[in-house]
Amino acid sequence: MDQTVINILNGLSSGLLLFMLSSGLTLIFSMMGVLNFAHAGFYMLGAYVGYATSRIVGFWPALAVAPLVVGVLGAVFERACLRRVHRFGNVAELLVTFGLSYLILEAVQVVWGRAPVAFDPPALLAQPAFTLVQSAGTGLSLVFGHADAATCAHAACTTFPATRAFMMGIALLMLLALWLLLRHTRVGLVIQAALTHPEMAEALGHNVPRVFMLVFGAGCALAGLAGVIGGATFITEPAMAASVGSILFVVVVVGGTGSLVGAFVGSLLIGLLQTVPLTVDKSLVDAASALGWQVSPDGVAYPLMKLTLAQVAPILPYLLLVLVLIVRPRGLFGTRDD
Amino acid sequence: MTGVALELRDVRKRFGQTEIIRGASLQVNAGERVAIIGPNGAGKSTLFNLVSGRFAPSSGEILLNGARIDGQAPHRINRQGLARSFQVSNLFTHLSVFENLRCAVLWSLGYRYAFWRFLASLRDANERAEELMAMLHLERRRDVLAMNLTYAEQRALEIGLTIAGGADVVLLDEPTAGMSKSETRRFVQLIRDVTAGKTLLTVEHDMGVVFGLADRIAVLVYGEVIAFDAPEAVRANPRVQEAYLGSVLAHAHGEDA
Amino acid sequence: MTEAPFHFRPINLGRWLTWGGYAFALIVAPLVFSSSLSQTLLSQMGIAIIACLAYNILLGQGGMLSFGHAVYSGLGGFLAIHALNKVGDGSLHLPVSLVPLVGGLAGLFFAALFGFVTTRKSGTTFAMITLGIGELVYSMSLMLPEFFGGEAGVTSNRVVPPATLGVSFGPQIQVYYLIALYCFICTGLMFAFTRTPLGRMLNAVRDNPERVAFIGYDTQRVRWFAFMISGLFAGIAGGLAAINFELATAEVVGAQRSGAYLLFTFLGGSAAFFGPIIGGVLMVLATVVLSELTKAWLLYLGLAFMLMVMYAPAGVAGLILVNLRLAAFGKLKPLLPGYLALLAAGAIAFTGASAMVEMLYHLQLNQALGPVMTFGGVSLDAKGAPAWAGAALLFVAGAAAFEIARRRFRVRWDAAQHDIERELKRREAA
Repeated sequence: MDQTVINILNGLSSGLLLFMLSSGLTLIFSMMGVLNFAHAGFYMLGAYVGYATSRIVGFWPALAVAPLVVGVLGAVFERACLRRVHRFGNVAELLVTFGLSYLILEAVQVVWGRAPVAFDPPALLAQPAFTLVQSAGTGLSLVFGHADAATCAHAACTTFPATRAFMMGIALLMLLALWLLLRHTRVGLVIQAALTHPEMAEALGHNVPRVFMLVFGAGCALAGLAGVIGGATFITEPAMAASVGSILFVVVVVGGTGSLVGAFVGSLLIGLLQTVPLTVDKSLVDAASALGWQVSPDGVAYPLMKLTLAQVAPILPYLLLVLVLIVRPRGLFGTRDD
Repeated sequence: MTGVALELRDVRKRFGQTEIIRGASLQVNAGERVAIIGPNGAGKSTLFNLVSGRFAPSSGEILLNGARIDGQAPHRINRQGLARSFQVSNLFTHLSVFENLRCAVLWSLGYRYAFWRFLASLRDANERAEELMAMLHLERRRDVLAMNLTYAEQRALEIGLTIAGGADVVLLDEPTAGMSKSETRRFVQLIRDVTAGKTLLTVEHDMGVVFGLADRIAVLVYGEVIAFDAPEAVRANPRVQEAYLGSVLAHAHGEDA
Repeated sequence: MTEAPFHFRPINLGRWLTWGGYAFALIVAPLVFSSSLSQTLLSQMGIAIIACLAYNILLGQGGMLSFGHAVYSGLGGFLAIHALNKVGDGSLHLPVSLVPLVGGLAGLFFAALFGFVTTRKSGTTFAMITLGIGELVYSMSLMLPEFFGGEAGVTSNRVVPPATLGVSFGPQIQVYYLIALYCFICTGLMFAFTRTPLGRMLNAVRDNPERVAFIGYDTQRVRWFAFMISGLFAGIAGGLAAINFELATAEVVGAQRSGAYLLFTFLGGSAAFFGPIIGGVLMVLATVVLSELTKAWLLYLGLAFMLMVMYAPAGVAGLILVNLRLAAFGKLKPLLPGYLALLAAGAIAFTGASAMVEMLYHLQLNQALGPVMTFGGVSLDAKGAPAWAGAALLFVAGAAAFEIARRRFRVRWDAAQHDIERELKRREAA
């Protein structure tokens, strides 16, 4: 039971990290129609810049500085490159961000090398947030921080790392801030207006190109923030962009392009889908034999059926993608239909 | 060709909370020319979009030659003999005038998704495209890419694409939008020529065009058809005058005389 | 009859001349470049040309941006290699030269299967879906070692006795001519496709998907069928690769491969039919030759790609066509000095920039070898200030000169274009 709860929490925390990324991507996409292929690259940049900064001033200032740096870099890219290709259409914009993703990957490798870097979380986060103790006598109980060794000798203890808890907290705060910004501030109103009617917003005197630059920069800053936290929690290495990149697009398509609510639900769904099945070591063959049905090793489908759910976990999000496309092509909460 | 070509029965369309078309009913007879007029925002383009299948109505029925077409995909409706033009020219930008027209005739001549025949060998498609070009007076611009045409030429090609497939029911969405007086006059003649014998439904703002072209006029206000009658009757209709700035009708009346 | 305005289709240069020239180039190339490295490169180029042309059916002709093209060439390759193994052990009676067709059928099948779902959407959503399916197939390739051979992949032997007419496909040159034959035929077929109703409707879908429905065609059907045809030829390319390398590993369905197809087809030029041919050649040159010359090749590639997207989106083919048009109107000669100036300034700036890049890479990746490296025959101390100062100076000087040359050139260029437009109008009115 304790394992299950922790697994679900792990899935939710991964999902919330994905949300930090997909929300930025959705904002940029809704606003500018540009799919930022380099978004995962900005995530990676956030982790590396966070790492470099934390070595100078420590983790907590880095948490503020790194997203700012990444945001500025994003804004610069928008101004220098993206704006120039805007007139060539959406495909060209996508392509230029595609080229940028190569550039970011190479730049990161040339500055910090090809091996993972030791980006460790600060002492405060390097411990468990809480421990779930499952004992035969008292059932399920929660202990903040570590549970002492004596208890764990007789019961099953599973810890939930503070880094993940922190990740969830920041993501939820970010969600709240976004919602407040978009709904209750003037800037948010202008953004919402420019979202659907950029020319009109411009005609009303708002500097829409500047708004675009700010939104792109903000989206990248969000990705950078996710990068600092993700890099410290997991691993900071050149492959981290690729590993999260394609999942990110699955989230956006499943949730529905152009919808922040969709990004939220999609992220949580995919986060859970990636994590929870990892604990299931059963395959279709096992399921069949539970029903009294033996599958012979020489059968054609055997190679497929002998895969355990844990082994198949990496492709589950993509299967969900295909399913959603067949059943509900618009995505769960999709608004834009292209 | 007789009978009712196009019929709308209490068609309603809502987008979110707003109902744009609020119970529109219409019966257009075969071979008739009908103009749809109405103030901006009345829902004329939406009505066209509903009939041509771009959107499905929220409720109500749309019938083409007696068969239900509401909710069908646009290409299905088109294959049953209904074609529409667009207010903003919707051409195949990187294809030449000739290629544009040839594409538009392919399906109606039966060349489905053929990848085993050369376009150059399709004698009937090529001849029909040449015919259309001549009708539209675009022969001299045969190989010009559609995006490089002048505005009036684009509007002409737009009409060409619409009638190329031989549809019996033609919907024209503000065909003369943005044209000068003389261009409009020529264009109306072109419309008359190319849609001879077909059922025509056109959205127009230019009252001169409307009164010159239409057998009957339908007035759409806030998503409802408040009048559907011969031009004189519509002109005299008090509801129409009230809804639609009487001065406009009076002005057209003066011009027409 | 008025004279048609100048337009470019290869057919205008003489149909027989072009295709004859193409065949001639394919036949003669390995005789001119006869080293074994050249033969390897040429073989790979033939394969890449087919793959990129197939990709351009989607990108250039259909306006569909796919990030997962390698799925179809890769799966074609895997099926072909399994077929080759079956031919080798006698359970399949098929000449080796027809094995690529197995790849083609596999590509067609999977394109039909995945394409049905993929082509339901268009634009950026389509792109994301192709990415997702690419990842799906790649991830599955690691899970099904029975079919994909696990980490080591699947190997085979293309030499299957008896050798007919002395051709055993043992020597590379024989494989090259097989590839060249397929390349010529496939290029011809794909070119023919552009002149069929489906091919033209695909262009229409690219230009205006909405209007296509209103002339009676189901847009999604058109896209799906084009997707299948693209998959067919991609599969043939994959099958040829299987024969050529006698190996198929998971990376042939991977994201890097798909990305390469996109990058190089675009670089070659997606608007002209022959653009992907250039793209295929560039792809092999970059991945095999450039990657040996410098560790920073991906950086250069990414930069070149971004610059192309921003300043020359019609690719190399587009640049060629624009200059051909200038030449046809006699406007090219006066611009040549300007071009030379741009080239010279650009070369200087590039030398400086790439020296800095190489030094940076050297410091990061070759630390064990010490700070001294050779760059174009010159030895540089990557940790020393003089090298950096020199490189930076070269870059700045070159960039400044380039900017000056560019402005002058721009004026002349615009004037030439203006003259051409005027001439075209004059011809039309005549």
